[in-house]
Amino acid sequence: MTADALHPELAPEEHQVHDLAGAHVSDGKYVQIAIFLAVATGLEVYLSYSGLEGAALVAPLLVIMAYKFITVALYFMHLKFDPKILTRVFYFGLILAVSVYAAALSTLKLFGG
Amino acid sequence: MTDATLAEGPVVVAPGDYDDDHPVTNTGLSNNKLAMWVFLASECLLFGGLISTYLLYKDNNISGGPLPRQIYDIPFTSISSFVLLTSSLTMVLAVSAIARGEERRGRTWLATTAGLGMVFISGQVYEFQTFVREGMGFTTNAASSAFFTLTGFHGVHVTMGIIMLVSLVVLSLRGRLGVERAETVEIVGLYWHFVDVVWILIFTVVYLIP
Amino acid sequence: MALTETGPLALPSGDGAGSPRPLGVFARPRTTHGWRSWVTTVDHKKIGIMYGATALFFFLVGGMEALLIRLQLATPNGKLLSADLYNQVFTMHGTTMVFLVVMPLGAGFMNYLVPLQIGARDVAFPRLNAFGFWCFLAGGLVLNSSWLLGHAPDGGWFMYAPNSGVQFSPTHGIDFWNMGLLFTGIASLTGAINLITTVLNMRAPGMSMFKMPVFTWMTLVTQFLLLFAIPVLTAAQFLLMFDRLFGAKFFDVSAGADPLLWENLFWIFGHPEVYIMILPAFGLVSEILPVFSRKPIFGYPFMVFSGIAIGVMGWGVWAHHMFASGIGPYSVAAFSMSTMLIAVPTGIKVFNWIATMWGGQVRFKAPMLYAIGMVAMFTVGGLSGVTHAVSPADTQQTDTYYIVAHFHYVLFGGALFVFVGGFYYYWPKVFGYFLSDAGGKLNFWILFVGFNMTFGPMHILGLRGQPRRVYTYRSNYGYEFWNMVSTIGAIIIGISFLVLMANIAIGYARAKRLSAGGPLTAPPDPWDARSLEWLTANPTPVHNFDRVPTIRFGLDELFYRKYREDEGGRLVRVATAEEVVEKGDRTDVHLPSPSYWPIVVAFGLPFVGWGLIYNLWLALVGGAVVVLGIFGWALEPSVDDEGGPLHPDHGQPPTTGESGAAEAPVEQEAALVD
Repeated sequence: MTADALHPELAPEEHQVHDLAGAHVSDGKYVQIAIFLAVATGLEVYLSYSGLEGAALVAPLLVIMAYKFITVALYFMHLKFDPKILTRVFYFGLILAVSVYAAALSTLKLFGG
Repeated sequence: MTDATLAEGPVVVAPGDYDDDHPVTNTGLSNNKLAMWVFLASECLLFGGLISTYLLYKDNNISGGPLPRQIYDIPFTSISSFVLLTSSLTMVLAVSAIARGEERRGRTWLATTAGLGMVFISGQVYEFQTFVREGMGFTTNAASSAFFTLTGFHGVHVTMGIIMLVSLVVLSLRGRLGVERAETVEIVGLYWHFVDVVWILIFTVVYLIP
Repeated sequence: MALTETGPLALPSGDGAGSPRPLGVFARPRTTHGWRSWVTTVDHKKIGIMYGATALFFFLVGGMEALLIRLQLATPNGKLLSADLYNQVFTMHGTTMVFLVVMPLGAGFMNYLVPLQIGARDVAFPRLNAFGFWCFLAGGLVLNSSWLLGHAPDGGWFMYAPNSGVQFSPTHGIDFWNMGLLFTGIASLTGAINLITTVLNMRAPGMSMFKMPVFTWMTLVTQFLLLFAIPVLTAAQFLLMFDRLFGAKFFDVSAGADPLLWENLFWIFGHPEVYIMILPAFGLVSEILPVFSRKPIFGYPFMVFSGIAIGVMGWGVWAHHMFASGIGPYSVAAFSMSTMLIAVPTGIKVFNWIATMWGGQVRFKAPMLYAIGMVAMFTVGGLSGVTHAVSPADTQQTDTYYIVAHFHYVLFGGALFVFVGGFYYYWPKVFGYFLSDAGGKLNFWILFVGFNMTFGPMHILGLRGQPRRVYTYRSNYGYEFWNMVSTIGAIIIGISFLVLMANIAIGYARAKRLSAGGPLTAPPDPWDARSLEWLTANPTPVHNFDRVPTIRFGLDELFYRKYREDEGGRLVRVATAEEVVEKGDRTDVHLPSPSYWPIVVAFGLPFVGWGLIYNLWLALVGGAVVVLGIFGWALEPSVDDEGGPLHPDHGQPPTTGESGAAEAPVEQEAALVD
């Protein structure tokens, strides 16, 4: 957690109650996002049957996955519209998890060969 | 500390000079919403540990039995994933309906979300039963233990979400889920979407990547 | 974990809103005196006191275990404990001291002080706070019930696989360990969410983040560490539980499992845990030193940023606990580097503490002695810690008494010293009477001598090769003399805590006599202190502040309400403590209402734990209590409009009121998670 992330008072204009995300995104837009997510999922499934192997398969799958993840977080969970402290807290946890577990796994795999 | 404040000398706070009920929080967010996000950040570490355990053991069937990836039914799981994604859509529609004060419509979407969640859980139960029939039980090998633990934890999370959604529907039926409770619905929604994004990770990392 | 997930099961009050009998089960508790007021309390001060008292009780238990260890090792071929019993005793000593003593002592201070230091009336979620305490108590009882139910855990507090499997530890001891620590984990997690929200959201007007006292900052960092570390332990414990109870294959080596999986998960949790234990002490010492040096804390931003740096870097050093486990040269090199680096922010803190005292008007009161003692002892422990970062040396030190010496210097000499000093410092604030200063100094010197006699020789023993966790040693290895010294030292430590208890008892009796049956009250601001908690009367009134303070002078707000600098830069007193400190006599402040539900929910937990071990039906009963309790909790309004004179309602910021219904009469809704 950086000090910056814990600096809500630097944004005094946010000292108001926040509107719900409904005020920012129309229902139609939500439906569009959901269709996009469904298409992305379909693409993932298609890729897994496409016969690609190794990095050529894993890399695009991971990219699409991250894209879906971020889209849900930004729009459905309204991180895009809420005060930045929520984004910082959540992504700090997420990035921390990815970092420590990636390090631990590489330690385990390097040893296990 | 400015000179001006210094010049005032000791602070003698006059009545009325303070705000006892201090209506806004420092971040502008309600405690409940901030707490939910803090909790979800912590959940990342929990699921991270379980996903890592699965990744470590996914090819380990030294004690016999099939590996999870040898018996996955990808088309079936894909449909489950669509169901859960759709439930995220119905959840945001519920939140925005209740925020607009459309209580009846919000209730319909909440009930739909809970229903889709139940479909997902039923699918998971069916999947687990199939795997056990095909010879991969919880204790069969390290990979199966890791698979059932990870997806089982996710399933428990979904189940809790369903309980919350059903509770909201019941409240709504009793006319207690008006616009003033929109944030409650929003916070339950945050939890629901989080469960959904965890599934986005699991579906790709556990099911699709060989 | 499972429990907190249902937390957001937050329902509006439903029909229970106006009724004094939510769900028709319990009348709303209203007592303010007697045991029932403690059982139902949601007051952060009472909860803090309960954390402290419970931790002291477990400290006695853990201390007895320590004395048993030392008596066993006083002479070669000790006969007091069998090898099996010795394993149980050292496992329980470590687990108790870490999870049931140092962590809850920190939690006690944080609960009591943080709302006061930020000028709030309570924490963000008062009922969740109470629930956290009861969970912690439930966990402690489940863990210690293993002594009575056959066999205590015997795998060491780190519980390495595969030694912790059923094959090598066939009794239920480790299952008790698992259950107990899962419950204390729930307590830590709910506490973390609560205090983070409190600090981020509920500061008094004018208190920006960089006007918060160092203790509050260290609390915030600690709680973030808990927030992210506890789930890692929880995940690992679930794996171990599934292995032991349901036959999963996570740590079954014959099924090709990797024992290092546990080691990694445990230490990913375990090293942040080290900072979770020490950072609250860093914060406390940063409160005590400036007051008794009559100087502001030196380098406040450095103190804050080094604390944050420790909190971040603490995540990148865990594998230095595993240098001897064969993690490979790349990992060893990387983690050696990071371990050396983390000494830097810690060193910054030590230098800043010394610079705080430098040139100050130092008053050697009892709390100050403990604070200075901590700086010295922690530095010794920190230096021996850096030697572990040198991995070739570390392979020699691993599993010897050198390691035992190191972590007792940082945890006992670091954390516990300050907590005892904190008792002397905050006792009048909390209980309204003083502990004898002379008694405190006597206590300190006995403790200081005993501590160094106990743990100092362990450096030598360790370097000579005496292994830890072994129940005896043979003669003629050169271990006899220093082991005997160490045992005598341990007895002296025991005596020092008898002095502390005597000091508390004598002080209480004297205060009772002087007050002639009236309430105990200490004079305002007895130490000429600097931060907001001393703005309130002693002991702190139930509503904390008569008026929520507005921060005008920044850090050391209270001090600059009493003093200001003249043209020559000298401090001139402009107001007496009596003028500045509040009387605490307001009676119309709105506070959160007490509740039975937190203890009801926590009451179900031990039965879930015991049930999973012995009989799943019992677990179902416990689980039903938990679920019903959560629904009762969610349906109960967090505020009770038929309360007593301290009319509840506005103690917490209106969390739902913004939506426009704040003025509506149906406003006694349950706050979401609290």
